[in-house]
Amino acid sequence: MKNKNSAVELINENAKGIYQKILARKKPDLKIPLRALSNVKYDPKEGYFEIKGLIKERTLTVNTVKTFAQTLRMMSESKKLIESDDMATKREMYYISKNWEDARFDEQPESDTVIDDIEAMFMLNREQLGFIPEEKGGEIAGKLIVVDKDPATGKELKIDCTKFGSGAYSIPISVEHLKFETNANFILAVETAGMFQRLVKHGFWKNSNCILISLGGVPTRACRRFIRRLSDEKKLPVYAFTDSDFYGFFNIYRTLKVGSGNAAHINKYFCVPNVKFLGVTPQDILDYKLPTHPLKEVDIKRGKDALKNDPFVHAYKEWQKAVELMLKLGKRAEQQALAQWGLNYVIEKYLPDKLKNQKTWLP
Amino acid sequence: MEKNITTAEELAKLQREISVSEFFLKNRHLLGFDNPRKALLTVVKECVDNSLDACQDMKILPEIKVEIKSTTEGRYLVSVEDNGPGIVKEQVPKVFGKLLYGSKFHRYRQSRGIQGIGVSSSVMYGQLTTGKSSKIISRIGPKKKAYYCELYVNTKTNEPQIAKEEEVEWHRDHGVKVEIELEAIYQKGQKSVDEYIKQTALANPHAQFIYKAPDNDKPIKYPRSVAELPKEPKEIKPHPYGVELGVLIKMLGDTKASTLQGFLTNDFCRVSPKVAKQICEAAGVYVKSRPSRIARQEADNLMKAIKKTKIMAPPTDCLVPIGEESLIKSLKKEIVADFYTATTRSPSVYRGMPFQIDAGLAFGGGMSAEELSNVMRFANRVPLLYQQSACAITKSILQTNWRNYGLQQSKGALPIGPLTLFVHIASVWVPFTSESKEAVASYPEIIDEIKLALQECGRKLNMYLHKKHSRELEGKKQSYIKKYLPHIGIALKEIINLDEKEKQKLLKILEDMLERSRVKLDTEFNEELAQHEK
Repeated sequence: MKNKNSAVELINENAKGIYQKILARKKPDLKIPLRALSNVKYDPKEGYFEIKGLIKERTLTVNTVKTFAQTLRMMSESKKLIESDDMATKREMYYISKNWEDARFDEQPESDTVIDDIEAMFMLNREQLGFIPEEKGGEIAGKLIVVDKDPATGKELKIDCTKFGSGAYSIPISVEHLKFETNANFILAVETAGMFQRLVKHGFWKNSNCILISLGGVPTRACRRFIRRLSDEKKLPVYAFTDSDFYGFFNIYRTLKVGSGNAAHINKYFCVPNVKFLGVTPQDILDYKLPTHPLKEVDIKRGKDALKNDPFVHAYKEWQKAVELMLKLGKRAEQQALAQWGLNYVIEKYLPDKLKNQKTWLP
Repeated sequence: MEKNITTAEELAKLQREISVSEFFLKNRHLLGFDNPRKALLTVVKECVDNSLDACQDMKILPEIKVEIKSTTEGRYLVSVEDNGPGIVKEQVPKVFGKLLYGSKFHRYRQSRGIQGIGVSSSVMYGQLTTGKSSKIISRIGPKKKAYYCELYVNTKTNEPQIAKEEEVEWHRDHGVKVEIELEAIYQKGQKSVDEYIKQTALANPHAQFIYKAPDNDKPIKYPRSVAELPKEPKEIKPHPYGVELGVLIKMLGDTKASTLQGFLTNDFCRVSPKVAKQICEAAGVYVKSRPSRIARQEADNLMKAIKKTKIMAPPTDCLVPIGEESLIKSLKKEIVADFYTATTRSPSVYRGMPFQIDAGLAFGGGMSAEELSNVMRFANRVPLLYQQSACAITKSILQTNWRNYGLQQSKGALPIGPLTLFVHIASVWVPFTSESKEAVASYPEIIDEIKLALQECGRKLNMYLHKKHSRELEGKKQSYIKKYLPHIGIALKEIINLDEKEKQKLLKILEDMLERSRVKLDTEFNEELAQHEK
């Protein structure tokens, strides 16, 4: 990953370019890669969503003068943060902008968009620009020791994830400095906190010798990066266990595996290409006779849209079939629907079955 | 039995010839004298319409002076003076002193005269309500002296009765001046004489009006906005589709033709000998029958045959619309607004009668944005001030969806906004809903044409409103530049350590650059818009 100084350099270069252009009496512009699913491609060999070349050019005109000014001021703030070795959350940045008088942001989504634009413009991660998210990074329980440093003393700290009892270890926002010690066989990433709790309570990680991670919905960048580093360094396979619906398949699993369309410029680092989808698959709904909910209008649209536009689905026949099957069933099921057959059915029957039979998985 | 005969005899004693004046007074509402307020308008209207038509016939640019003076309580003296061709001495008594005398009634030509019953009814109304005679001055050329007379209508015989006549000196070379005193009420507002004069000036941009209302010290002048006379409307023969049975029977009796075929081809337009033959065959009447011998039943068959026969539409070059350009000029002169537009449709036909629609609108300016828009209706350049809701023009406006054109409109109501709508129908025979001739009848062809004309004006209005909006946006953008440019300066100064001088120079260049592109847009826009604005 690019380092701190390169971020400052990029900002300086960009600002100089704009300055020169104005002196030459030409209208300056900002070139920002389009942040959308239509601007990513997917090659299973590469393993992640890569950005295509679509760029939106924001030329300085009467219409764009406001965002143009805000973007430049945000770049200046970023430079100040990096040079003073400080950090600010996106929310803090929104409040900092309140000092900009007319150029201030009225709502936080506006300032978040500008931050995302700058990130994409320089192909950097927001942390490298001095901005950090407030979002929670995911939770860990099981056969893992995380080696961190005491923020005050810099002394090494060993955190044993088997010793949280019924609780769990929280993944920090920045994970680059962490080291790992483990002899686990695999990592199981779970969508819901409820299912994670059940697996922790009944000691699933002990019996299966694994690391449990609660994604808590769509995995954050830190969470994805954590799993990626852990998996790469310790050569551990990763399995995903989500609800059987399009949100679970694409918003959660696909983002974990290949990154998002919105931040495609950094997907390379924030994805886990070797993750496999263990369940719950549409076929599982039939095989395990799970109680279901009917698909809503929006769900059907989401599924059809994935078949049509999602480069990830395009790359895998298995996924196409799964989506088609779900559309045909017109039904979806939750992880916790397995409780239909008893509270511990998931531990005693479903997961052991699935772990044994990889043919029932999806890529 | 005995008693019945006595009653009949008694009745016979009561029965007598109804005098013209009695008939007039009992049916005054048919003639536009329903109430003292309307009577004043009708008198002015009859005189002004006559003046305009007379000038038109002689190709004179009209100059018309109207004055209303209060004489005693509840009475007014109306005087209307024109620069028309004048009326020859022998005709003056008949034109002013005999009811239902005139040449216009059965002519198929676009003229104002078909609106009223004739100026003599005003003379009659004046004498019935005040007992006074009317005073006329007429001069037909500089070589002759002017003829002056004071006259009455003989209410028993319907003949003119001259009280006084003489030759006098007059300041005009030619023209007519009429003075009628009558019982009346003068009020301002809608349906007033003031409004009538204003609207007449609007619909007759080639005419000049000088109007002095009773409460004004100085007359108001309405100068002409077009120095050219409108084209002379042509007279056409009636089209077979347009005649009714009564008219047909009368025409059969009056014709000079000796055969039915000759009658059909000569007295109607668009009837060839071949078509005439078809009609006769379909009616089962011999083509060589004498028209005067055609019985009522046969005439009825002829009517039915005409309806079944395909006949070419009547010629439409007989109409003279106001025209887009003149109408816009006129609107600009009389209405204070920000935007004006007008359109003139191609001629069309209803029931065998050619007609043509002008429509225009004025928007903005001093008009209220919260109220229903103003509607001005005209038939052959005469304003229609009464019976607005019964009129095809009003119905067409209501049926038009003005929300498409950026205005507010409740269902079934006039659009809301600072808007004046102008609709004019020109026709050789304007169909009115009733004898009072105040509302145009709702023939579907007429409604369709009016709506198309209004839609065209609406589209232009919509374009204007759009541009106005984007111009306001431009204004906002200018303040945008002032607001946000300094921040680009601050940011660049911070990032690449510019000094204050460099920063100021940068901002100067930026401001120039953005202002120039904004002004360029704005100028193009203004030039485009200027064509439509005052």
